[in-house]
Amino acid sequence: MNARPISSFPVASTAAFLIVLAAALSSQTAPPPALSLLSKDGRRALPIALVADQEFVALDDLAAAFQLTVREESLGAVTVSYKGKTIVLTPDQALASVAGRLVSLPAPPARNGRRWLVPVEFISRALSLIYDTRLDLRKPSRLLIIGDLRVPRIAVRYDPLGASGRLTIDATPRANAAVTQDAEHLTIKFEADALDAANPPLSAPGSPGLILGVRLVDATTMAVDLGPRFAGFKAASQPVDTTMRLVIDVVATQTDTTTVPTQQAPPPADLPPSFGQPASTFRTIAIDPGHGGDDEGVKSADEAKEKDLTLAIARRIKSVIEARLGLRVLLTRDDDRSVPVDERASVANNNKADLFISLHANGSMRPATSGLSIYVAAFDKEAAQASAGGGERVPTFGGGSREIELVPWDLAQTRHLDQSAAFAELLEQALHDRVPLAPHAVDRAPLRVLESANMPAVLVELGYLTNPEQAKLLATDVFQNTIVQALFDAIVKFRDALPSGGTR
Amino acid sequence: MGRRVAIGGTIAVVIVFAAAVFFVKRGLPTFGRQPASKAAAAAPAVPAPPGRKIKARLFYVADEGTRLTSVERDVAYGDSPDDQAREIIAAQVAPVVEPLISAIPPGTTLRAVFITKSGDAYVDLSREARAAHPGGTVNELLTVYTIVNALTVNLPAVSRVQVLVDGKAVETLSGHVDLRRPLAKNLAWVQ
Repeated sequence: MNARPISSFPVASTAAFLIVLAAALSSQTAPPPALSLLSKDGRRALPIALVADQEFVALDDLAAAFQLTVREESLGAVTVSYKGKTIVLTPDQALASVAGRLVSLPAPPARNGRRWLVPVEFISRALSLIYDTRLDLRKPSRLLIIGDLRVPRIAVRYDPLGASGRLTIDATPRANAAVTQDAEHLTIKFEADALDAANPPLSAPGSPGLILGVRLVDATTMAVDLGPRFAGFKAASQPVDTTMRLVIDVVATQTDTTTVPTQQAPPPADLPPSFGQPASTFRTIAIDPGHGGDDEGVKSADEAKEKDLTLAIARRIKSVIEARLGLRVLLTRDDDRSVPVDERASVANNNKADLFISLHANGSMRPATSGLSIYVAAFDKEAAQASAGGGERVPTFGGGSREIELVPWDLAQTRHLDQSAAFAELLEQALHDRVPLAPHAVDRAPLRVLESANMPAVLVELGYLTNPEQAKLLATDVFQNTIVQALFDAIVKFRDALPSGGTR
Repeated sequence: MGRRVAIGGTIAVVIVFAAAVFFVKRGLPTFGRQPASKAAAAAPAVPAPPGRKIKARLFYVADEGTRLTSVERDVAYGDSPDDQAREIIAAQVAPVVEPLISAIPPGTTLRAVFITKSGDAYVDLSREARAAHPGGTVNELLTVYTIVNALTVNLPAVSRVQVLVDGKAVETLSGHVDLRRPLAKNLAWVQ
């Protein structure tokens, strides 16, 4: 989908046209696509090699791209130098010494013939500390932005509103956009150097005759293809946190509105009153069934597996919430497979989920321990400060500077902790009289899967599979339906208490 | 003939010497403060009876199963903070008998401990810490905070602890607790 080699290296930044891999690309079959290096001089590709599920880049490719000096030392260490600053790598050590400071890497450097390979994270965790220009590694988009370029992440969503519809286009960090109309499309031009967007940004909007699709035209422009029912539009921009939200209301022709209603699917009868009101932006929930594949999680004495229990309950939640609340429910896995932790958060983040719920079953060394507990992420002070400090002044092309907000992927949750705790409390209330709770029903802990979730997020430990009685209870329909009902009640209360801006 | 033997012998001696130098050098740490693996591997599970002792608080699974409880124990004295840290963790990961229950997976041994100038300790455990981990968020939290608290509670020189496994930084032990960064003392996990 993406791995087209770039034969020439265009000078104009307008040629820096980004196509980001759709999440659907199967990681098992295709070789990993290259990392796109984007600078004001254009775009070039940096090959990625996959070793034991870890993405690596070759040190000599990095050296060529960044004018680094790479030298093998007599004791087997490898030094990487740039303008008098040095990184020392040691074989078999998942650590780098960066100008005297230790930095952890997800894997040790690997050797492939005469070439040294380093994990992709080497760029963000080590190289960025000695390089004199800002390096922004966006691993999920396979993008490395060099220097001060404005490359907002773009998320596009379409919601039918009766016969008409609404396009919501979020640009993060904020980028203004101008919307113009010609005969067959709306053109959306962003004030940016490039766009970090899926291609196409939106497929199959599900509005026959009104909007046919949204596509990328060039580095900074998108087009909305219009159908015969299109009558007019109204566009408005509004900042939401670090995002600039562009809302385009698309109106269908009168004749269609009178003839089409019979073709429109009727809304579910028991829809809660706030659904469908334009003010509500709470639309998507991500449910994460813990573990999967080789990673079975906790096992009970009679071999009931955590991975099967979490998937069964996740599927129940999806069918009930989608049918009764009309919200979209995404599962981070819908079969028995192993999913990396970052991919679980990516599913929620890339789909702009408004709530993330990870499902697990607990284990204790003491078999009598029982009860459900809810976890909210915890960060140490330094991490929280690093994230809160967020804003950074960077120079702009035309002179002067502007403030951009930087939130590291690992710390995305820091901005949502209050709402995560609020949801945890609502869920505890909903569960209180229905299922056995652990002595500390709500806890805070540095849990990996919650930290990267860029929305309110909780992890629910449904009960202890190491407790034989509780293991039997967890397998029953009654227990599983009770959990689903409690989650349903908590989600409704949470949504209804939100301000109109939603959770973002 | 005698001369050939002499030359051959000299070459052999040089090769042996060069090999010895090579292996000694290979074994030397590359960073300023590296794990002293040899000493750690040799540390006995139960501290040797003779010699000086200190009192240390070690952590085990509390009766209610979701928190730790602390127990005061004699631990061999270490000359430096690194040595003392090694003695404390060696005692902490050593098998215990009921009613104590350890949150450290069975078979786990200590490979190395080292402390940076900024007060971050790196505790390198054997592969059993992951491979034999029983799973579950509570079990994993208790395993991690057993190690983190054993050093931060007993050694003022240590403010944060990162758990490594088999010489490498790991994401988690069983899929829950983030081990990519050093963790600070947290007594909320202690009764």
